[in-house]
Amino acid sequence: MSSLILVVSAILVIFMIVGAVVTIHARDLLVAIIASAIVDLVLAVLFYILQAPDVAITQASIMGGLTTAIFLVVIKKTERYEQ
Amino acid sequence: MLNAIGWFLIYFGAFFLFLGALGIMRFPDVFNRLQAGTKCTTLGALSTSIGVGLLHPAWLPKTFIIALFILLTNPISSHALGRASYRSGVKLWEKSVVDKCKEFKECVEEENE
Amino acid sequence: MSWVIAIAIIVLGVVLTLIRAMLGPTAADRMVAVDSMTTITTALLVLLALYFKRYIYLDIALVYAVLAFVATLAVARYMEGGL
Repeated sequence: MSSLILVVSAILVIFMIVGAVVTIHARDLLVAIIASAIVDLVLAVLFYILQAPDVAITQASIMGGLTTAIFLVVIKKTERYEQ
Repeated sequence: MLNAIGWFLIYFGAFFLFLGALGIMRFPDVFNRLQAGTKCTTLGALSTSIGVGLLHPAWLPKTFIIALFILLTNPISSHALGRASYRSGVKLWEKSVVDKCKEFKECVEEENE
Repeated sequence: MSWVIAIAIIVLGVVLTLIRAMLGPTAADRMVAVDSMTTITTALLVLLALYFKRYIYLDIALVYAVLAFVATLAVARYMEGGL
């Protein structure tokens, strides 16, 4: 593994941590869903870089697409803003 | 010859992807950002995947499929995002001079609701 | 060795869009940034398949483009009031 790949992995991990913090502290739940989708998509890229293609496909399909849609249905049924 | 064309397409695409990201970072409004972010990234991703396909000619069908899919889906998603953000009440930038969507009946009815 | 500059430029683009996605004022700003981030990341995955020299890694880029499109469309339908 070359040093360029290591630097790219470090940058992506830093943005995953920032996205998780935004997910916890957001009052608007749509913003929290978008931030958790960012975390999942970046995690799929990280699995790709660590040479696990099957895990990356599963992560991108289940967490990136399906979980976002299910959470959107949930906040459509209940309410969007946290008081 | 094919190698040189492939590397030229890859660098052309990378430059346009960077310009699109810079537009996303610097522009003042949702619609300006949508404009910069969808056109530059469509051209850049298209050019980069075709360039990778030209470097390895055995990979060319699958990179062509990826480029075709980006070409089909990216305008649809940007159109849906623009319409949704206009109807959900996002304000335009205060120095914008024209708002054509207000003249049509569909947008105005959605705003009055 | 000339792939280093191309990968570095594209990763810089991903970093800029992720910064806008973290500090955008409204939810629409964040979603526009996520949409552009997925397109840029698809190009990055194709270029990293060239770096790792594996043909099978191109499938992940295809799946990534499809599923990110689904997530963007779901969020747009929610903001419009439908779903």
